Amino acid sequence: MLQMASNPYFSLAVLFLAALCFGLTPLGLAWLWARVFAPPKPNTLKNAIYECGLESKGDAWVQFRSGYYLYAIIFLVFDVEAVFLLPFAVAFTGLGAAACVAMLVFVLLLVEGLAWAWVKGVLTWA
Amino acid sequence: MAVDQQLKIEMGKQGVFVTTLQELYNWGRRNSVWPMNFGLACCAIEMIATTMARYDIARFGAEVFRPSPRQADMMIISGTVTKKMAPQVVRLYNQMAEPKYVIAMGACAISGGPFKQGYNVLKGIDRYIPVDVHIPGCPPRPEALLQAFITLQKKIDAEALTGQERPRFLDPDAPGEFPVPEPAEHDLEPTANQDVWHAPVVIR
Repeated sequence: MLQMASNPYFSLAVLFLAALCFGLTPLGLAWLWARVFAPPKPNTLKNAIYECGLESKGDAWVQFRSGYYLYAIIFLVFDVEAVFLLPFAVAFTGLGAAACVAMLVFVLLLVEGLAWAWVKGVLTWA
Repeated sequence: MAVDQQLKIEMGKQGVFVTTLQELYNWGRRNSVWPMNFGLACCAIEMIATTMARYDIARFGAEVFRPSPRQADMMIISGTVTKKMAPQVVRLYNQMAEPKYVIAMGACAISGGPFKQGYNVLKGIDRYIPVDVHIPGCPPRPEALLQAFITLQKKIDAEALTGQERPRFLDPDAPGEFPVPEPAEHDLEPTANQDVWHAPVVIR
């Protein structure tokens, strides 16, 4: 025992145990209180999953149509691309060749998407 | 009561403080009532004012508004309960953990108020759930809500943990479920929970 107490890490171990008790004791007391003294009155209404007051209807696993990928492509081409094109145009004169090539790859990828959408006939007003 | 009240005061003067488990339990509960974050109509504005700095319901330990019924102790029915909203209110009350308390705030919540003769407003939420404190007013001032809350605290303080007089939540045989009304052709069905509400007898 004396040997152990003279260990330089002994006080750390004691503090660690104290910290552990400090955290676990309230949790244990709360658990005990809930088990022994709390007056639970469970029923199906109380145990319902949602707590917004409304009853849930239907299935939570809703499927989206894969055809919506065309909207995603059009959004990227006309919205996201414009966001990147503006700073590219502003900084154009000070850009090196590498940056221009990188931007070209980005634009060409999106132009490919535009061509795809065009061929699919998405751009024609039905 | 284990200790005589007079003896307790006398001992307190001598610097000896005694209490019972029941008093300690009720003292703890009445000073940490968590209301439900839930407003129905214009009374809710007064309820919000009550929680804010000027009226400050935190002085009484009820500032922790919980957005989930699972964590709330008290439901403040703050405003008009339409017949469309009533099932949701009753369902939320059912989902609150025991023990739970209800303050019906304002003329609409206690009786239907100015809409009592209308077709779409519930004539008092006490038709479906047990209400602890009713506050009249249209809307009641924040002071009235504070008064109602203090009244509720007094009620909690007087609750016995054992015996015949113990509250509903400590009685294992007392019902824990309050049926949710369903919209029917002309009115909610049933029109009232007969265990909770009895039609007042008019004496002429």
